[in-house]
Amino acid sequence: MEFFLQQFAAGLTSGAIYACVALGLVMIYVSTDHINFAQGEMAMFATYLAWAMIDAGLPYWVAFGLTVLVAFAGGFAIQRVILKPLERAPVLALVVSFIALLSIFNAVAGMIWSYTIKQFPSPFPSRDLFGNGLVSVQQLGVVGVTLVMLGLLTAFFRFTTLGLAMRAAAQNADSARLMGVRVSWMLALGWGLAAAIGAIAGMLVAPIVFLDPNMMTGILVYGFAGALVGGIGNPMGAVAGGFIVGVLENLVGSYVIGNELKLTFALIIVIGVLLLKPAGLFGRVIVKRV
Amino acid sequence: MTRLTRRTVLSGAATLLAAPAIAGGKYSPGASDTEIKIGQTMPYSGNASAYGANGRAHAAYFRMINEQGGINGRKINFISLDDGYSPPKTVELARQLVERDQVLFLFAPLGTQCNTAIQKYMNQKKVPQLFVATGASKWGDPAHFPWTMGWQPDYRTEGMIYAKHIKQTVKNPKIAILRQNDDMGNDYVGGFREQIAAFKDTIGADAIVIEATYEVTDPTVDSQILQLKNSGANVFYNVTTPKFAAQAIKKAAEIGWKPAQYLVNVSASVGAVLRPAGLENAQGIITAQYIKDVTDPHWADAADFKEWKAWMDKYNSTANPSESANVTGYAVAFTVAQVLKRCGDDLTRENVMRQAASMHDLEVPMLLPGIKLNTSATDFYPIESVRLSHVEGEHWTLFGDLVSRDAA
Amino acid sequence: MTTSWAMKRGVGVTSILFWIVLALLPLIGFVSESSSFDYYMFMGQSMLIYAIAVLGLNLLIGFNGQISLGHSAFFALGAYTAAILMNFGGWPYWATLPIAAVVCFAAGLLFGFPALKLEGHYLALATFTLAIAVPQLLKYKAIAGWTGGVGGVLLDKPDPPEWTRLSPDQWLYYVCLAAAILLFWVVFNLLRSRNGRALMAVRDHSMAASTMGIDLARYKTIAFGISAGITGVAGGLSAITVAYVAPDSFTLQLSISFLVGLVVGGIASLPGCLVGGVFIVLVQNSAQSISDWMKATFALRYDVPAWAIYGVLLLLLMYFLPAGIAGGFAQARTWWTMRGRRGRQQ
Repeated sequence: MEFFLQQFAAGLTSGAIYACVALGLVMIYVSTDHINFAQGEMAMFATYLAWAMIDAGLPYWVAFGLTVLVAFAGGFAIQRVILKPLERAPVLALVVSFIALLSIFNAVAGMIWSYTIKQFPSPFPSRDLFGNGLVSVQQLGVVGVTLVMLGLLTAFFRFTTLGLAMRAAAQNADSARLMGVRVSWMLALGWGLAAAIGAIAGMLVAPIVFLDPNMMTGILVYGFAGALVGGIGNPMGAVAGGFIVGVLENLVGSYVIGNELKLTFALIIVIGVLLLKPAGLFGRVIVKRV
Repeated sequence: MTRLTRRTVLSGAATLLAAPAIAGGKYSPGASDTEIKIGQTMPYSGNASAYGANGRAHAAYFRMINEQGGINGRKINFISLDDGYSPPKTVELARQLVERDQVLFLFAPLGTQCNTAIQKYMNQKKVPQLFVATGASKWGDPAHFPWTMGWQPDYRTEGMIYAKHIKQTVKNPKIAILRQNDDMGNDYVGGFREQIAAFKDTIGADAIVIEATYEVTDPTVDSQILQLKNSGANVFYNVTTPKFAAQAIKKAAEIGWKPAQYLVNVSASVGAVLRPAGLENAQGIITAQYIKDVTDPHWADAADFKEWKAWMDKYNSTANPSESANVTGYAVAFTVAQVLKRCGDDLTRENVMRQAASMHDLEVPMLLPGIKLNTSATDFYPIESVRLSHVEGEHWTLFGDLVSRDAA
Repeated sequence: MTTSWAMKRGVGVTSILFWIVLALLPLIGFVSESSSFDYYMFMGQSMLIYAIAVLGLNLLIGFNGQISLGHSAFFALGAYTAAILMNFGGWPYWATLPIAAVVCFAAGLLFGFPALKLEGHYLALATFTLAIAVPQLLKYKAIAGWTGGVGGVLLDKPDPPEWTRLSPDQWLYYVCLAAAILLFWVVFNLLRSRNGRALMAVRDHSMAASTMGIDLARYKTIAFGISAGITGVAGGLSAITVAYVAPDSFTLQLSISFLVGLVVGGIASLPGCLVGGVFIVLVQNSAQSISDWMKATFALRYDVPAWAIYGVLLLLLMYFLPAGIAGGFAQARTWWTMRGRRGRQQ
């Protein structure tokens, strides 16, 4: 039983990581209607920036704040400079561009910071909470930050005009334009926010998995799975989905299929959800109008 | 190809005019009175790009050699190509190097799968595949592959050495294994299991209670460590690459699991593993070493360390000094330079192989004191001994004597 | 998109001449003294193999509008099918190719069913996950007896029939060329048939197509199957020419290479597939020389990594040549003829 609980707790921690990443994916999806394959690598890159600042002597929270700002500006710039010309391009062109960004960020990070792992400081102590190895303060911190981000995002989308405008821009650009929404800027704003969320996710993840240029590759796959399970258009669902995938992955890995097929398990989740419940467990089904 | 031919001809003509001193050398393709052309494949991009540091270290070493006047008056022309860790690409590039660029031999191509893909070809073409950068045990097989030679101690033997140490020091061992799911992990665990099975009379047939694997794409190994602890094991054999080694050591400490820990040499770095994992969590961990850990202040005053440091500062300054690739890269490049020096003016492929296979107590800088390279026509394992060491305070402390392959 | 060439009556003289030239290339070996001729033949094999893989992918992406980032999986399946049949079944190498095609066709059909419900980004996502999961699957211990696990399967390079008096590499070039000609011909005819027009209609106006009575599901799954089958043949050929299969050969990077080849050569263009195949081989080799050049020219402290160059190249293509090199040629030619016509009218 203790083993089960421990696996469950470990699953929650990885779940929180996936949830963070999933939140960034949802952010881009909600505000631009795209699935960003470079989300993980952008987060990784931002985390390296934070590491460089801390390494240069800045206090943790200053570096944290600066990184979030820089990431926001970076995401914004990526949309304005790189993706703007492709706004009306077919999906394939976008997918190709995301893959291109993924390659570039990964390769450049490796070039600058090398592939040796780096230690990333955590604002939370890794002290045990109850003294039985079940939950550490750090694990709790990650979960907490994820939930706070979720709360802020939900509030932003639900209660602010800007949030509404962003959703409108993504879902029906033409009508939104007629209503006076500056669609193109909304998209850039969405990218900025997603990059900022990604940066926070990266900085939460790095103390646990250690910082290296390939840190996010595996996480991204599970993040996708989480976002899909919860419904990719729904922040709340994505976070729940992230946790579900994290816990399931650990339990299924420990009890059922063994550790060798975990990625296959992620693949099955992705395809299974897309097939059986394309809108996710918590998503609304969108009827396509003809 | 015409370009190359012309260049070869021109450079040949130039030497005839300028340096008649070393006339009369015997040459295979790739060697001349002025130049020795060496090829290499290396993963500078792709999943294994971390290992690219090896190739950069080799190139930096040869730059130094060339600035100092080359080897017996000949400059090294080192062509290191990016295979992205993909075996089909390795085949293509090896053929390019051998057939188009006409290198004298391939030096330290990296990766078990990549070297496996070209081994047959290299031996058919009779081009040396020298000091391959992988610890698989299959590279020392001169009877079948007389043109292929390894360099580092192989993983199987290392695994056997740990098994012996466990038998000697742990009463009723119950062993848990964490293994990376690749050929490195397979070799390490294969040798280890074989030896443990041989000891079944003294430690029982079921000494290994659990073996958990992970993929390099897995975010963490937390779940696996919990499984290992839950098995009730009192020995932890940690067969991982640096990132996961650090995660595993840290997680084991966090959940209060305190087995006797054995960490494979691949991850035996103070800077890249122990410090990130927390030195307080790493006390007592045992490993087998053959090179000096440069992140270990213990070696700061050694003469070869100072030389290495000077080389790093001057020729390899963009590299991360805590990466062990810079040390192995330096040492293996030194080895090949020695082999070429001893070839004298007979730079044929046969002679390169002959010299490589007749090293006698060769001392190589940055190897641990007492470790010397020995090869013969039937022994293609240059480094065969290691020393066990354990973490004490902030560095590794060597203990016990040299442990060698034959003894294991 | 450029479908004009597909509307032509038959195979053009240019393309027949082109294939004949390709078929004559190995004969240079009989007069060439170059010691690296066999190496160039080997590069030719790789180019043809990649061209076939890109052809498979193009059928799906270019002509049917379904995005796949997972074709490395079908390439791997084809390669392992060929390797296992040769190694355990003792099959002759050429006989493994049709089996590889059939196995991959079946796998493609199976994957095509879920793909049916997925559009655009979602399909990209599902196939992305497939590409990531494949190397792990290949290593799975339950099938390691067949796949060789992490060690892979080593094969013998086939010898040419004696009467041909060709070197093994010349011979294998012909094997690849024959497969390429056959598959290009099949796809060419398929696209000009009623079914082919239906495929493209599904891409361009799926809703209109379905009201016209085209069974969307059927065409999409079959397109997936054929696409996977073609890529599988490329995988089988790769196993034969490289004489080794191992999990590290079939990563997401391979899928990305296919995609790069496709985009560079030209979406929905058959000649573009060949351009793409050549490009993949050449650029992978020359990314490093570009990197060396940049390092030397701009006095950089670091090596510019190949994948960053790949990425930048992809982005530039998306901006300036979205129809790829072949598409660019077609545009240039149209512009030229239009100009000529306008000139005459005046």
